[in-house]
Amino acid sequence: MAYDYAPFPYVAPPGLTTSEPRHPVAIVGAGPIGLAMAIDLAQHGIKSVVLDDNNVVSIGSRAICWAKRTLEIFDRLGIGSRVLDKGVTWKVGRLFHGADEVYSFDLLPEAGHKYPAFINLQQYYVEQYLVERSQELSDWIDLRFLNKVTDHRDHGDHVALTIETPDGPYTLEADYYVAAEGAGSPTRKRMDLPFEGQTFEEHFLIVDVELPHSPFETEDPERWFWFAPPFHQGQSALLHKQPDNIYRIDLQLGAETDPKTEATEEKVIPRIKAIIGDMDFRLDWMSVYKFRCAKLDQFVHNRVLFVGDSAHVVSPFGARGGNGGIQDVDNLGWKLAAVLNGAPTSLLDTYQQERSFGSAENILNSSRATNFMTPKSDIETLFRNETLALAAKHPFARKLINSGRLSQPCTLAGMDLQSGDHPLVGQALIDLPLGNGWLVEQAQGQFTLLTLDSQSWPDTVASLALPHTPVCGARYGTTGAFLIRPDGHICAYFETPDTAAITAALTRATGGHA
Amino acid sequence: MILDDNLGSQGDSLYAQLMQAHEGLSTAQSHALNARLVLMMMNEIGNADIITALLKEARNISSD
Ligand SMILES: Cc1cc2nc3c(=O)[nH]c(=O)nc-3n(C[C@H](O)[C@H](O)[C@H](O)COP(=O)(O)OP(=O)(O)OC[C@H]3O[C@@H](n4cnc5c(N)ncnc54)[C@H](O)[C@@H]3O)c2cc1C
Repeated sequence: MAYDYAPFPYVAPPGLTTSEPRHPVAIVGAGPIGLAMAIDLAQHGIKSVVLDDNNVVSIGSRAICWAKRTLEIFDRLGIGSRVLDKGVTWKVGRLFHGADEVYSFDLLPEAGHKYPAFINLQQYYVEQYLVERSQELSDWIDLRFLNKVTDHRDHGDHVALTIETPDGPYTLEADYYVAAEGAGSPTRKRMDLPFEGQTFEEHFLIVDVELPHSPFETEDPERWFWFAPPFHQGQSALLHKQPDNIYRIDLQLGAETDPKTEATEEKVIPRIKAIIGDMDFRLDWMSVYKFRCAKLDQFVHNRVLFVGDSAHVVSPFGARGGNGGIQDVDNLGWKLAAVLNGAPTSLLDTYQQERSFGSAENILNSSRATNFMTPKSDIETLFRNETLALAAKHPFARKLINSGRLSQPCTLAGMDLQSGDHPLVGQALIDLPLGNGWLVEQAQGQFTLLTLDSQSWPDTVASLALPHTPVCGARYGTTGAFLIRPDGHICAYFETPDTAAITAALTRATGGHA
Repeated sequence: MILDDNLGSQGDSLYAQLMQAHEGLSTAQSHALNARLVLMMMNEIGNADIITALLKEARNISSD
């Protein structure tokens, strides 16, 4: 059944008739990133106004792959279980070269984690759940649809915004301005900030179809990837499952195709039939894209902060766009809340340090995948084809096949907020079963000391004793304690309960000088 | 002869370096580069049994 794009109601904002008190934070854009930002801030007790020029969720599914770390962040934001329940968890991946299967692999989730490596769920569902969660937090979140931000000015200690509504324009002020307006970011353009990178020449046709039954041999969800598919000469293709019997098909079209004629039913329907065979289907959505990898140098410009696609864009291979943006939110939320509560503004510079690095890593990974999938010369094609030929027999070559390396959180080791050089410092926490629940449910949202042994640890910071289970020992060891930031990253390790060292690490992690 | 993965997390970056080494070359120049590279790697491996086995296995696998 097609998704019901019910419009969200527009309510005339107070600013049309009176001057609004200054808002702590104005978030421009209610895509997945802007909405997640508002929820994160609300959970840290910070009020925000969210302005969106539109009044429906993302049309077409766009992002469908949500990675484990994102699901863990969604857990903290209150929609994790809902996303997991509705989403599709893959079981088997198959890779084809031409008509032949090169190899298949098992995608069974590793035991001892609440969330699998990733799930598939249409972006419109994720946005719907985030909107509903925001509405639950309406004491903190003022969500305004059909409110288009047309101008902003940074006055040093606040930002003034001009907003267009169906009832005319108004203005408001905010201490901080978060630009979450997506890849075309009008704020970025107004500020004339360079946004450079690589544009890939090939066009990709993205189609969602609803099928009456699975195109795979069994009803288990699979992911099929073709290099040089027999039904579509010389290019690549991808087929995978989303909820509601919707299947995503990605077809690489090549550089010289005309996107307008490609995205027509006459062209698309025969291609789909070539993939799924002769069954009835409903075309749900289609679009033709050219992908780009680019990022801002600076995500922080005094009181204007960039998050999500307005700060960086990647090609979708590896699903690092939305997933990367959710990590921006996770990183910025607690820092912005702390700064609004009096922490030094230099804490925001660490958002730049950590997420600019993370987004560069995402761009590197998706560029490599795109390059592998779209060889630029005869010799690149030759290497790719021989890699595929070797992969049918030899595992080493399977590792070199790159149709996207799935989004992983980057390590923050060696950056300003982290202390010490334990190998886990800088990493995102690793989930664990905890008797009646999961570590990700209990150790995120505030600084927490995870203690492994029975030494008497100080109570200067919230603490959680980890269970003495083999899985915990394997993931964290059996002695000492880890300090976890509100965004779930490990920022220090202590062998002994040295209160001064713990205080120093905490001071450092909150932007103070130890 | 190692046919399981031996590059670990370096695989993608080394593959990218290999492609970069070929950037801007004509097909003939690329073949020449590949030939030089194979000869250098053979010398680097320095073990006749392994090289013989690799040659045989590479010849065995046909891509069409
Ligand atoms: C085909 C495709 C497949 C993808 N697959 C994946 C995937 O599998 N996994 C993944 O993680 N990512 C994927 N992505 C990327 C993902 O869709 C984006 O990274 C994500 O939507 C970014 O969210 P955002 O909130 O930053 O921006 P957007 O989703 O673009 O939202 C921006 C919002 O700002 C609003 N806005 C714009 N201008 C103004 C203004 N002046 N005033 C007020 N509001 C404004 C817009 O209406 C919109 O609601 C894919 C993208 C595409 C195109």
